[in-house]
Amino acid sequence: MTVAKPIITNSAQLTEFTAQTRTRMSDVTKINILVSMGTCGIAAGTTPVLKALEESLAAQNLTGVKITRVGCMGLCHSEPTIEVVDTASGKSVIYGNVKASHAEAIVAAGVHPAEGLKVIERGWYYPEDEENTQDAPQARIVLRNSGRINPEDIQEYIAQSGYQALCKVLLEMSPKQVVAEITDSGLRGRGGGGFPTGRKWSFANAQKPKEKYVICNADEGDPGAFMDRAILEGDPHAVLEAMAIAGFAIGAKNGIVYIRAEYPLAIERLQIAIHQAREMGFLGKNIFGSGFDFDIDLKFGAGAFVCGEETALIASIEGKRGEPTYKPPFPAIAGLWGKPTIVNNVETFANVCAIIRNGAGWFKRIGTTGSPGTKVFALAGKINQVGLIEVPMGTSLREIIYGIGKGIRNGKQFKAVQTGGPSGGCIKRDQLDTTIDYDTLVLLGSMMGSGGMIIMDEDDCMVSVARFFLEFTLDESCGKCTPCRIGNKRLHEMLTKITQGKADMQTLQKLRDLSASIKDTALCGLGQSSPNPVRSTMNQFEDEYLAHILEGKCPAGVCADLVTYSINENCTGCAVCKKRCPVDCIRGEKKSVHVIDAEACIKCGMCLSSCKFNAIDRK
Amino acid sequence: MASDTSTNVTTPTADAPNLLDAFPDKRQALEEYLDSLPLARAAGRKKGFLIQSLHRAQAIFGYLPEEVQVLVAKKLELHLSEVYGVISFYSFFTDKPVGKHKINVCTGTACFVRGADIILQEFARQLKISEGETSEDGMFSLGGLRCVGACSLAPVVMVNEDVEGNVEPPMVKKIIRRCMQEGE
Repeated sequence: MTVAKPIITNSAQLTEFTAQTRTRMSDVTKINILVSMGTCGIAAGTTPVLKALEESLAAQNLTGVKITRVGCMGLCHSEPTIEVVDTASGKSVIYGNVKASHAEAIVAAGVHPAEGLKVIERGWYYPEDEENTQDAPQARIVLRNSGRINPEDIQEYIAQSGYQALCKVLLEMSPKQVVAEITDSGLRGRGGGGFPTGRKWSFANAQKPKEKYVICNADEGDPGAFMDRAILEGDPHAVLEAMAIAGFAIGAKNGIVYIRAEYPLAIERLQIAIHQAREMGFLGKNIFGSGFDFDIDLKFGAGAFVCGEETALIASIEGKRGEPTYKPPFPAIAGLWGKPTIVNNVETFANVCAIIRNGAGWFKRIGTTGSPGTKVFALAGKINQVGLIEVPMGTSLREIIYGIGKGIRNGKQFKAVQTGGPSGGCIKRDQLDTTIDYDTLVLLGSMMGSGGMIIMDEDDCMVSVARFFLEFTLDESCGKCTPCRIGNKRLHEMLTKITQGKADMQTLQKLRDLSASIKDTALCGLGQSSPNPVRSTMNQFEDEYLAHILEGKCPAGVCADLVTYSINENCTGCAVCKKRCPVDCIRGEKKSVHVIDAEACIKCGMCLSSCKFNAIDRK
Repeated sequence: MASDTSTNVTTPTADAPNLLDAFPDKRQALEEYLDSLPLARAAGRKKGFLIQSLHRAQAIFGYLPEEVQVLVAKKLELHLSEVYGVISFYSFFTDKPVGKHKINVCTGTACFVRGADIILQEFARQLKISEGETSEDGMFSLGGLRCVGACSLAPVVMVNEDVEGNVEPPMVKKIIRRCMQEGE
């Protein structure tokens, strides 16, 4: 649909344009078929499904039916996913694990569930658009548009009240009022630290220099976290609009999105969005005739986790090695090129427009007093329903893991949930009823982090998990300060010794002492929080550490040096394990008990998981 | 590897041809890009264009040998040491040629708890190279990759540009064989 560029210089014109856009869309479209085209969906095979849907639509010669490519719906466990919406009533049906062969039935069925397909119940509501009449556990503010609109078409964003917040801010509010509104909302930084966003803005607002910067931190580096990617792929305009609002609030003309080069699809959609916003006059000179100029550039990361730290990120934009600097001065005082700069995370920005549209009071009604609003989590690991979820702050871990995530895979026992990535910690079974917000997670020795939530079961060794995160930190430490560069190396060595059964009780004490020193003395947030996974697992799972040290055993059977595999007399000689063994170390005649060559065994556990007769022992 | 400073710059020798001379069209593409940057307006801030220039250069040449670094340094009026410092800092950049087939095992947490380390070991064993190396025949590069955000498919392996999900050790051999067939 091509439309001549409107000239919008006041709010009435924007409101009228929004209404026109909505009417035009609902006139044409009676049934809207939303196809999830995020990175995850595409990897799971959405593209052939899309093609089949388009062919079916053409073959059935239906009018008023439209196929829309949307971002992530958050239903990673059932990709490819499709939602069929009746635009008049809003009634919809969501299908999961769709194949190309289902296309014809889906197109023919409309909003009545097609037979024989996996239908998924919508587990969320949209606080901005509807009441939570069905007691849905999820509330989508940040993900409001993701999975509902075509991120490559600005008109669809406008139809969802897009750019109205920017219009309101520019024409009806002063910068100080904007800062006050965000401060009043209680919005806290969603990148992990939880610093009050309004306060950050107020610091930058108070600075004299005319040249200031707004930076969006999209260098999502936590292993196992993909919230920001999904937001940028699903609703890029929400972030751009919020950046312009931030620019007005602090008096900046320049915005920069610093994004990982590993996110090609998010980059492409951002580029399209910036281009379209410029064409519509929502970015550029004299926006809405207000005299306010603002434009946004993209800068690419190059694979350095430390660049998620704001001073390192700024160094990287300046073309330097991404090494953090001492604070103060804080970036809000002297940031990019020495000018006042605010750095906010993608998800933080994605809340801003909704707060401006609905007011701080509305926002505060969701979540908890200390942490208003929602949080997006990437739920992954040993859980039945991996997905991207958005829940009000104050939701319990039990609700997330057993309610939304539908429990642990393969009927195993839950052991721990890891939050906060390499800077966070593990939370145990008896703490499952904790309601999550910034402060409760810190009390448990973990942290909110950016929102990765990895579920672990009885087969995960917590010493190995701590070692895994240390390995990551070691790899990603910039090397500038000694505690992080050398201290973490020593921590890693000690953990390795424990997993090899070569450590003694002194090692445990040394681990504690060194962890405390690193926490106190490292230069930046990455270094200071790097011992967290060690501290947290030592506090919560001391028995596992002791089993490694005192008994030479890995209770979960993960640490290769401490386990051996053997075959017992239950073996029927079916030879399945022999076939699946990647190193061919299992011998035996058909229908007789097989033997594992312990020398050659790489302890991958393939035999154990493939045996149907309980014939493999792991000790 | 952010902290890795041990990598040596590959010095062009008689048997390693100078890439700029060997591929004049690629040289031209890079020069055109560098000349298109608004450097004149960025007095004192030219370094801000360094990382994007290296991204472009690596996209053109596949890797960043010394002669390419020299060209970028000259155009942006930087010291070669500053350019190399950035290349050695960021794991995305490499000054060594990479294999025809790039196998990258995701090392994110979700993949880790579902056995990515075993998959990586298996690739290393079969290809007879370690993580971060390229096979002698130049066919395969093996590496770890930071989370690609396809956690529902864990463990995940990126085979060139494609995501291979739910990988188990027996699939490793098949993936390698498939790459070799494509390579013929």
